Amino acid sequence: MDPLTLYGQSFSSRLLLGTARYPSPAFLAKAIEASGAEIVTVSLRREAGGARGGETFWELVRASGARVLPNTAGCRTASEAVVTAQMAREVFGTDWIKLEVTGDEDLLQPEPFGLVEAARVLRSEGFCVFPYTTEDLSVAERLLEAGCRVLMPWAAPIGSGRGINNLFGLRALRARFKETPLIVDAGLGAPSHAAAVMELGFDAALLNTAVARAADPVEMARAFALAIDAGRLAHRAGLMTPRDFAEASTPVLGRAFDEHGA
Amino acid sequence: MKIRVNGEMREVAAVTLEALLAELDYGEGPYATALNQQFVRKGARAETRLKEGDSIEIVAPKQGG
Repeated sequence: MDPLTLYGQSFSSRLLLGTARYPSPAFLAKAIEASGAEIVTVSLRREAGGARGGETFWELVRASGARVLPNTAGCRTASEAVVTAQMAREVFGTDWIKLEVTGDEDLLQPEPFGLVEAARVLRSEGFCVFPYTTEDLSVAERLLEAGCRVLMPWAAPIGSGRGINNLFGLRALRARFKETPLIVDAGLGAPSHAAAVMELGFDAALLNTAVARAADPVEMARAFALAIDAGRLAHRAGLMTPRDFAEASTPVLGRAFDEHGA
Repeated sequence: MKIRVNGEMREVAAVTLEALLAELDYGEGPYATALNQQFVRKGARAETRLKEGDSIEIVAPKQGG
């Protein structure tokens, strides 16, 4: 597979995996391995004194060998996201941040004004920002102006598993920003959804719930990995243009019983 | 004095952020801290003084999507 380059770092896998909602830590470890993911997302949450849950989880992630992409999930304002990113940089030892500023409670929809504001601050502080955004072209433009070099558009609301909600919008985004790595994040429910976004020419896909909540997360991780590779190969190979009517694939010339031909 | 730690009001004896972490048994971490919604890096905790009504956040690695 052709390499994926994000902020100057090359990866052979185009699947990014979330680490939440697995039945157990053992399932998470096995799913990371089965997916072939080289990048996994993590978060920060309050921890009580004397608790060691964070330390145990962090040891598991480090043992996987994957690079971590901390998120700012749950942040409602630019300032909350900036402080969360600063804390994540210290804890996880990385400048990478998946920037989430969400506005709507029901859809967990990116809040574009705070998102752009936070992206600008974080880029000025040296962060490599991966903004979770919508397919909106104007917001994408503002994020790139703020210094983002990667965009993470949604397919559908987080955890919904709906697949591509706005096919036209995602196509337009891909066509408008040909050189920017675009990682489809959120809303993919089935390997076929992931294959579809890769066939559209998106550079990678981020999965979490669809893998973690499968009856067998390890098998599902593998299924998504295969689908993403298949979609990428298909995109590179060049898909045929759909037609309205049939076109014989077997040569017509020389057909037996043809009273008009040779 | 009374301060808020991770959203909960606590009566504490510590007068610096570093002393607070020791008082509350946070050990070596990994965790990060913020005081009144401003990030406080690890190296600045010892010199960060607390006052009545301060709000402290102490966060650690967690699963995320």
